[in-house]
Amino acid sequence: MSDEHSRPGGGRGDILAELEAEVAHELEEQRPPAGGPAYQVAAALVTLAVGVLGAVLAYGYGLGSLRRPGPGLWPFVISTAIIALSVVLLVVGRRLTDSEQFSRASVLPLVGLVTFVGFAFLLPVIGFEIPALLLSIVWLRFLGGESWRSTIAVSVGTVAAFYALFLYGLGIPLPHLF
Amino acid sequence: MDAFLDGFAVVSQPENLLYCLIGVLIGMLIGVLPGLGPAATMAILLPIVVTVDPVAAVIMLAGIYYGAQYGGTITSVLLRLPGEASSVVTVFDGFALAKQGKAGTALGVAAIGSFVGATFSIILLSLSAPLVASWALDFGPAEYAALALLGVLLIATIGSGHPIKALIAACVGLLFATVGRDSFSNAQRFSFDSMQLADGLDFVVVAMGLFGVAEILYNLEERHGKAHVPAAVNNIWPSRKELKQASPAIGRGSVIGFFLGVLPGGGAVMASLAAYATEKRISKTPERFGRGAIEGVAAPESANNAAATSSFIPLLTLGIPANASMAMLFAALLVLGITPGPQLLEERPDLFWGVVNSMYIGNVLLLVLSLPLVGIFVRILRVRPAILAPITALITILGVYTINNSTFDIFVMIAFGIVGYLMKKVGFEPGPMVLAFVLGALLENNVRRALLIFDGDPTGFLTRPISGTILALFLVAALFPIVQAVRHRRAATPDETHHREDSLR
Repeated sequence: MSDEHSRPGGGRGDILAELEAEVAHELEEQRPPAGGPAYQVAAALVTLAVGVLGAVLAYGYGLGSLRRPGPGLWPFVISTAIIALSVVLLVVGRRLTDSEQFSRASVLPLVGLVTFVGFAFLLPVIGFEIPALLLSIVWLRFLGGESWRSTIAVSVGTVAAFYALFLYGLGIPLPHLF
Repeated sequence: MDAFLDGFAVVSQPENLLYCLIGVLIGMLIGVLPGLGPAATMAILLPIVVTVDPVAAVIMLAGIYYGAQYGGTITSVLLRLPGEASSVVTVFDGFALAKQGKAGTALGVAAIGSFVGATFSIILLSLSAPLVASWALDFGPAEYAALALLGVLLIATIGSGHPIKALIAACVGLLFATVGRDSFSNAQRFSFDSMQLADGLDFVVVAMGLFGVAEILYNLEERHGKAHVPAAVNNIWPSRKELKQASPAIGRGSVIGFFLGVLPGGGAVMASLAAYATEKRISKTPERFGRGAIEGVAAPESANNAAATSSFIPLLTLGIPANASMAMLFAALLVLGITPGPQLLEERPDLFWGVVNSMYIGNVLLLVLSLPLVGIFVRILRVRPAILAPITALITILGVYTINNSTFDIFVMIAFGIVGYLMKKVGFEPGPMVLAFVLGALLENNVRRALLIFDGDPTGFLTRPISGTILALFLVAALFPIVQAVRHRRAATPDETHHREDSLR
């Protein structure tokens, strides 16, 4: 709701448009600075690439005919629509202000992501307790800036609660050490 | 009538009552806490929810959805911080009232308005859903294809965000839905010889990634980390004069909310905006709005609850989810082995009426609980987001693993989490993608079945009366944003000229 689509159209007396702008402004205050044309162009190029790749692969699956549609016809039609819309976005989207700049704080989601991937690798190997404890410690201490005391208390408490909930409460067979 | 009464018997079972209570409490809580919305919460909780009885599971998920509409109000009024997008307009007058020391009045009117709006909508839902379902029983592939197509378009163009971006997201969602075995020819598509992808992408995993993980990663950038001091809550019950002033707004808000909630893509956000705009437009003293007008709280709060309830109609009767939260409910039903649609009422009247009637009880619970619990919710708001974040992350990751006991699902979820996070950063809403993903198989299968019936002649879609009418509506819906954009551009021209003249002076 914070892009040009929801900005005031300029129609005087159009209370809904005014309101939408006001709502956009409310939400705008919580957002980092807009990304600018480079972000918009990059996004349009990525979706264009998705469309082209989809169309090429779908063509390979066989299009058939309208009377006997092949497995590739439907994804080909969808991919063509993605290509067309991406081209339109490339042309008209440069001035949109609905993207957000990556900042130093964007490293935090990256670290969070690494803990997710690490958890996924470790879970089947050593069970969930140690990876869950490590994930909690990283999120509380390094991503959340909590004190060591509260980090340890919350991490241990969380892992214990999940142990009780999943293994005993819900009876779900999670890989576990103990 | 018997089935309707049986529905009350279903919901009156202690287990179902308990799940209804848990659902509305979780809903209120996530409505209060900015960050995760109802769709993300449902996505995260799905793997756990599906371990319980189907009727109880759906009652609880429904409770989460409409409970969130109540909770969102509390932070809008007390902190000028809408917990839910549908409560954003409540901020304008709700917070102004709180600054005048009338936070209790605002919350009281909001709770009463929410209750009236929701109850009005449930009554209409109870009356109209069987009619819509029986009408939809005549639908063939062409009608379903047209309806699903209209659904995808409306979701993409009416919802928030730029329409072209929403349409691209929807189309990418439709493309993701084609991954795996083609149900007509058995050929593999986009599976790249992977055994795990051969059966397609699991909707719950995709939704948990796009909503859950993406939201968690997005919130890590600490945009909600600021400390807020809640306003004091004194007298909760509004005076008779205030109630009299709010009543017409509650009535109008309920009607607007009901109708906008039924529309795909409309939902609670659109309804609250339209109800607020209507009140301001018809008011003799529009200047009071934004400065503490009681109608400015009553109308949007009645509307968003009415809309939250009426959006169940297209899901339960046609099998078409109207918004992202309904898509999650759709997924839950599918996982539980229940196909939402016109047959649901005949095949599972216990579930249909159990869920519908649970809303009567859920809303009474909300009215009774919302005001006494305000103090507790304010205290919960003091729990730092840093403490809640790892708990949410662990629920998500362990939850997705439990669906199929598969680490592959965790990686798929992470991949969609990255996609969802990047989408949010560049202004694409993940909602249309998830909804289109849900409707993808329905749309493709029905288009192909209809083409077989029409012997490859696509004009068959236009000549059948129902599908033809739906496609005409599709055309209107497709053209509407273009006409609106042209109108806005024309209307903006004098202003721009004026600005240019000013800058030249």
